Amino acid sequence: MPIEILMPALSPTMTEGKITKWLKNEGDSVESGDVLAEIETDKATMEVEAVDEGTVGKILVAEGTDNVQVNSPIAVLLEDGEDASSIGTASTPAPVAAAPVAATAPAPVQQAPVATVEAEPDYDGPMVRQTVREALGAAMSEEMRRDEDVFLMGEEVGQYQGAYKISQGMLDEFGEKRVIDTPITEIGFTGIGVGAAYMGLKPIVEFMTFNFAMQAVDHMINSAAKTLYMSGGAIACPIVFRGCNGAAARVGAQHSQCYASWYAHIPGMKVLSPWSAADAKGLLKAAIRDPNPVVFLENELLYGDSFDVPESDEFVLPIGKAKIERPGNDVTIVAYSKMVGVALDAAEKLAAEGIDAEVINLRSLRPLDTATIVTSVMKTNRLVSVEEGWPVAGMGAEMAAIMMEQAFDYLDAPVKRVCGEDVPMPYAANLELLALPNTDKVTEAVKEVCYR
Amino acid sequence: MANQPAKKPSRAPRKTSRAPRKKAKASPDEILQYFKDMLMIRRFEEKAGQLYGMGLIGGFCHLYIGQEAVIVGMKAAAEPQDTVITSYRDHGHMLAYGMDPKGVMAELTGRSGGYSKGKGGSMHMFSKEAGFYGGHGIVGAQVPLGAGLAFAHKYKGDNGVSCAYFGDGAVNQGQVYEAFNMASLWKLPVIFVIENNRYGMGTSIERASATTELAGRGSAHGIPGIQVDGMDVVAVKEAGLKANAHCRTGKGPMILEMKTYRYRGHSMSDPAKYRSKEEVQKVRAESDPIDFVKAMLLELGQLDEAKLKEIDKEVKAIVAEAARFAQESPEPELSELYTDILAEA
Repeated sequence: MPIEILMPALSPTMTEGKITKWLKNEGDSVESGDVLAEIETDKATMEVEAVDEGTVGKILVAEGTDNVQVNSPIAVLLEDGEDASSIGTASTPAPVAAAPVAATAPAPVQQAPVATVEAEPDYDGPMVRQTVREALGAAMSEEMRRDEDVFLMGEEVGQYQGAYKISQGMLDEFGEKRVIDTPITEIGFTGIGVGAAYMGLKPIVEFMTFNFAMQAVDHMINSAAKTLYMSGGAIACPIVFRGCNGAAARVGAQHSQCYASWYAHIPGMKVLSPWSAADAKGLLKAAIRDPNPVVFLENELLYGDSFDVPESDEFVLPIGKAKIERPGNDVTIVAYSKMVGVALDAAEKLAAEGIDAEVINLRSLRPLDTATIVTSVMKTNRLVSVEEGWPVAGMGAEMAAIMMEQAFDYLDAPVKRVCGEDVPMPYAANLELLALPNTDKVTEAVKEVCYR
Repeated sequence: MANQPAKKPSRAPRKTSRAPRKKAKASPDEILQYFKDMLMIRRFEEKAGQLYGMGLIGGFCHLYIGQEAVIVGMKAAAEPQDTVITSYRDHGHMLAYGMDPKGVMAELTGRSGGYSKGKGGSMHMFSKEAGFYGGHGIVGAQVPLGAGLAFAHKYKGDNGVSCAYFGDGAVNQGQVYEAFNMASLWKLPVIFVIENNRYGMGTSIERASATTELAGRGSAHGIPGIQVDGMDVVAVKEAGLKANAHCRTGKGPMILEMKTYRYRGHSMSDPAKYRSKEEVQKVRAESDPIDFVKAMLLELGQLDEAKLKEIDKEVKAIVAEAARFAQESPEPELSELYTDILAEA
């Protein structure tokens, strides 16, 4: 049966075009790949190549014709043994299905449904006093003993024993195969880690600080977080990206930044930020066991702080569950990482003034435990969010949006954000202090929402 | 092995080196199979171009026509446990590695029967069974990822080799050299295959690269490189065997620079103003990888015109079936919007 040649769409936006020139005439034989015609699209003049073989039986649209609709027949190709008399019976090369029509969109949803998260397991066993540093090291070592596929890679994690001594002793115990010193090439070793995770290994990629992860962020987002989706569920990427985040002390603008809201923005990623040593241990173990990419934001200034930690290899915290560190009735303060300590100090001061604050340690920034936050605000009717990061599009902005959407009728005051000041981090000691949240800024914000 | 490219490569593949060989280092049956595999890729891509023209494929669609000998020759040198990763010009790689043309075409049309259930598109497909790890859209990103696959082969001790394909455009990306350094430092079993088709999108290699001897790009990291006539499937296979032996015996990575050519535009809407029609026509006429093997088979007496037609018919039938499937397969369920974001713990 003769084959109809249709006006092709030569760009994603083309709906019609002009046939500027025919390069084959009626009666010419055509092979696959031969240029048939030149067509002017909305973008450029392009050539149309033949897909099928045969003889040009009839040209249906003369050259010079403008506004030829995409998918309308422009010529007829005869196959072997056919002649012009069979033109009336022409078929299109393949059944022309209409281009898929945009499906009726489902009701707009702001966020993917979040699975119910199990509660933190009760633990009444023995406790051990540990620094955050020791807890992080213990979490990695325990998981590496448990699972051969887990390994640690990063700058100075091996022989140097860790730039911040998190991996102290690990090279001796696990050897060079599993504790890997990398060159200072973040995008390269992050890509290698992600590639290894595609094949089922479970890398822990340590960034000396998250400031340097900026070099690697393409692999964290495009190669790690999106692959499960892009592959229709075929390729998972079980990998942990960890290191210190947020302001250190007197290291200037390029080494002092909180990236929490950057990563919390990304679907396909989980984002954790521990405060205490127990958080550090229980959450890092959870991150390593999780089959997804997990960004794990530590804080250098907390590494030496000591806390009580459950003494058990099976102490693993649920991802997506916040912790109420201090129950209270008058106002809810949400914070993560080092700011949890600031919030708790503020709560003590406020208690002396008769304000009973509830302090929530978010622990998990994605998925966010909105249920715990909303339930708390239903009780206190006020919310103050505390973070080191900048205010614009930050975690506090997300808190405010959640309150608008899910707790509007319960609010007795506008949500108040306490953030890092909207400036690059200054070096001078006095200015640096001014740029960061502190107890006084938090107590002031709380008094404002309590109208005190 | 020394870094090879001693001679300055000519602009067009040299015709003298492309005359059918008297003693091809592949059996007639093997050569016949290469012919079929290359023809399958070409017909598939032509059909994809046609479906794009009909509005059935959206967005980007990067065709592999002209470069078929590279992937078919390299696949012929690979072992079953090996892995492969490439850029967005990936249809040929998937077909050569045995992925189902129906599943590939249905992904191009964004249907539920596609390899990624319609959620990845032309640039993003994967198959663990085939050892194919994408399908990556950020130029050069697949190079460290491919080194990571090699890292996993070494870590697991499975004697596998990873093959990372990238173009002459990607070869100037910084992360390529970070990957070269670590792959060489850690002796990772990875073959870096540079598909030098002479244009990164619309910019010729001379206009983008300070040095155009790409096989030598690993020299700063101690990685040997060979320049290969990427239009000659047998030459590609021989180079592939050499590189595989190098990688599999713990000597670290190797670079293969495949001198090849892309007949079609970078993606579908390509105004083709950056090269002349005569240049494209000349390569097609003188260096076509499929014509080259066809001539070899005719000379060997493996093929006559009748048999040729029969093969073409068989291949076209498979491609037509893939195109039919790709149009009949339903679009993904709307509920698929929210699946596959996170893996279940």
